Amino acid sequence: MRGIPTLEVEKRLTSPRWLQFLAPFISLILALMAIGVIFQALGVDPLFAYGKIFQGAFGSMYGLSETVVKSIPLMLSGVGLSLAFRARFWNIGAEGQLLVGATCATGLALAYPDWPKFVLIPMMFIVGFLGGALWGLIPALLKARWRVNEVITSLMMVYIASNLVNHLVYGPWKGPEEMGFPYTSKFSASAQLPRLAWTRIHYPTLVLALLLAVVIYLLIARTKWGYEIRVTGENPAAARYAGMSYLKTVVLVMILSGGLAGLAGVGEVAGIHLRLRYPGGISPGYGFTAIIVAWLARLNPLGAVLTSFLLGGLLVGGDAIQISLGLPSATIFAFNGTILLFVLGGDLFTRYRIRVKRRTTN
Amino acid sequence: MLQFILSALRAAIPAGTPLLFGTLGEVYTERSGVLNLGVEGLMIMGSVTAFGVAFTTGNVWLAVALAALAGGLLALVHAFVTITLKVNQVVSGLAITMIGLGVSGIMGRQYIGQPLGVRFAPLEIPVLSDLPILGSLLFQFDPLVYISMLLAPALWFVLYRTRWGLSLRSVGENPATADTLGVNIVVVRYLAVFFGGLLAGVGGAYLSVVYAPSWIEGMTAGAGWIVIALTIFAMWDPLRALLGAYLFGGVRVLQYRLQPLGISPNLLAMLPFIFTILVLMASAGEAMKRRIGAPAALMQPYSREDK
Repeated sequence: MRGIPTLEVEKRLTSPRWLQFLAPFISLILALMAIGVIFQALGVDPLFAYGKIFQGAFGSMYGLSETVVKSIPLMLSGVGLSLAFRARFWNIGAEGQLLVGATCATGLALAYPDWPKFVLIPMMFIVGFLGGALWGLIPALLKARWRVNEVITSLMMVYIASNLVNHLVYGPWKGPEEMGFPYTSKFSASAQLPRLAWTRIHYPTLVLALLLAVVIYLLIARTKWGYEIRVTGENPAAARYAGMSYLKTVVLVMILSGGLAGLAGVGEVAGIHLRLRYPGGISPGYGFTAIIVAWLARLNPLGAVLTSFLLGGLLVGGDAIQISLGLPSATIFAFNGTILLFVLGGDLFTRYRIRVKRRTTN
Repeated sequence: MLQFILSALRAAIPAGTPLLFGTLGEVYTERSGVLNLGVEGLMIMGSVTAFGVAFTTGNVWLAVALAALAGGLLALVHAFVTITLKVNQVVSGLAITMIGLGVSGIMGRQYIGQPLGVRFAPLEIPVLSDLPILGSLLFQFDPLVYISMLLAPALWFVLYRTRWGLSLRSVGENPATADTLGVNIVVVRYLAVFFGGLLAGVGGAYLSVVYAPSWIEGMTAGAGWIVIALTIFAMWDPLRALLGAYLFGGVRVLQYRLQPLGISPNLLAMLPFIFTILVLMASAGEAMKRRIGAPAALMQPYSREDK
């Protein structure tokens, strides 16, 4: 009997290495094509838009330097997220952890403007890390102790952080000489990060990000604790049976994941803005884009270095089309979402194959 | 004081209505075993579609219908990706949210700052609307409020008292058994996710056409995420969703009513989100005590060979 043809998804027994490597790139290209279709439907010429994006991000020395600038917070947050996602802890709140990191560093910079640079800057990074870690710790504890869904709590913490920053820059921390803008006063010279020549690349943060990518990579790949994280993520029951503490794993993972996002926030206020501003002025959604950085890199911290550069370029290019095509800033979210969806779909082809089957009805 | 409480209660109902639509939809979606974290994206697509349609045609009912369709279609993307392609439901839901926020931003760029000339007329119910206190408290809303109020018990009835509801629950609790009993898992899940999208779209439409008639980029402002939390708070029960939605509506109202007391509006804006976390903690405690929880197969893709 011939049944209706149906799509069947079945597991691959082995997955060739070349496929694992190529899949994210093919997915990315397919995603860009899909966004082209959406653009066309919404009355935006896709080829013109892509030309502008590429030119804006990679077509000039200035564009390239800006791409690096935007890749810094993405790299720090993305590396942290790849660690959390390895443990299957859905930290969606890197954006909030980043904002709290920026806030803590700002608090220190405004309170002790006269400290020498070599003391103040490291201290700002430390309090920024601690702030982000604390913000990440709350969902971790709620999840480990009471099994409260971390997706929602970590995201709620973003809204709380964002309102906290608003409260500070519109209220108690508002700089008197900022002409009514929701900014704090400008940081003293000793709270400002050095930049590379004529660019906005605050290289200490970049070096820190690269260094931490390697450290986290080694931690996951080479240490007993990294092994425990992977087991907890892939097979929680086995992890429990082997006597691994879920609480300990998740708490440590989130201290690092939140802390790294916090460092990203410090870099933004001390390296770029030189003050705390309203949340959208500090981060155009770096914490959310970092989710894609991590996923595109297949949760590999070293891969995240590469993908943060790619998505940094997309952010710079996104700014360029906003100006030239009059598109809203949310446009970049359409890109991010579609890319994420295709990367996920592409991942599937490395693990499964799809067959058209004629299912015989019995 | 009585006046204050009455007016706050009255305001809580429309404030909770978009949440109620969204939550009822998500309850059905999750009952089938699919977690859709994309509600925020589905709702905002509903908001922009409804505003656009109402603005250009002047027909509010058509606006709501097309908003539902917009939410439903985007939800189908999630269905395809998670049910057919078996991709991780958490990440797919996030992607759906991002796509909704982005696409609605592009679609709505010509509507920013435009006033909406058409409204739903409040439904005057003879006799009841004229009752002294209860009349203004319960019987002078727009039709969508009543639709959502009636939808909650109706969906409760379908879920617990009909064969369809039984199929839906069995697919979410024990798909392997449902499969052997001849329930088509894939079809049930697709329908449930689509239905959830329709209702989220209506919830979004309520925001942009009734509650705050305007289009503002990102105007759902986290409502979709509160819906996800409400679904847990409601213990996946449509009647408890009714209660939860008005409770959160009340918190939102409180946020604005407390402003004249001199508390920073930014601190007050944290209220719904802090409240969400507290409610989730309370729900988690209750779920442990009463040994009820999420549908057992939530987030688990189904395929016959794995069993």
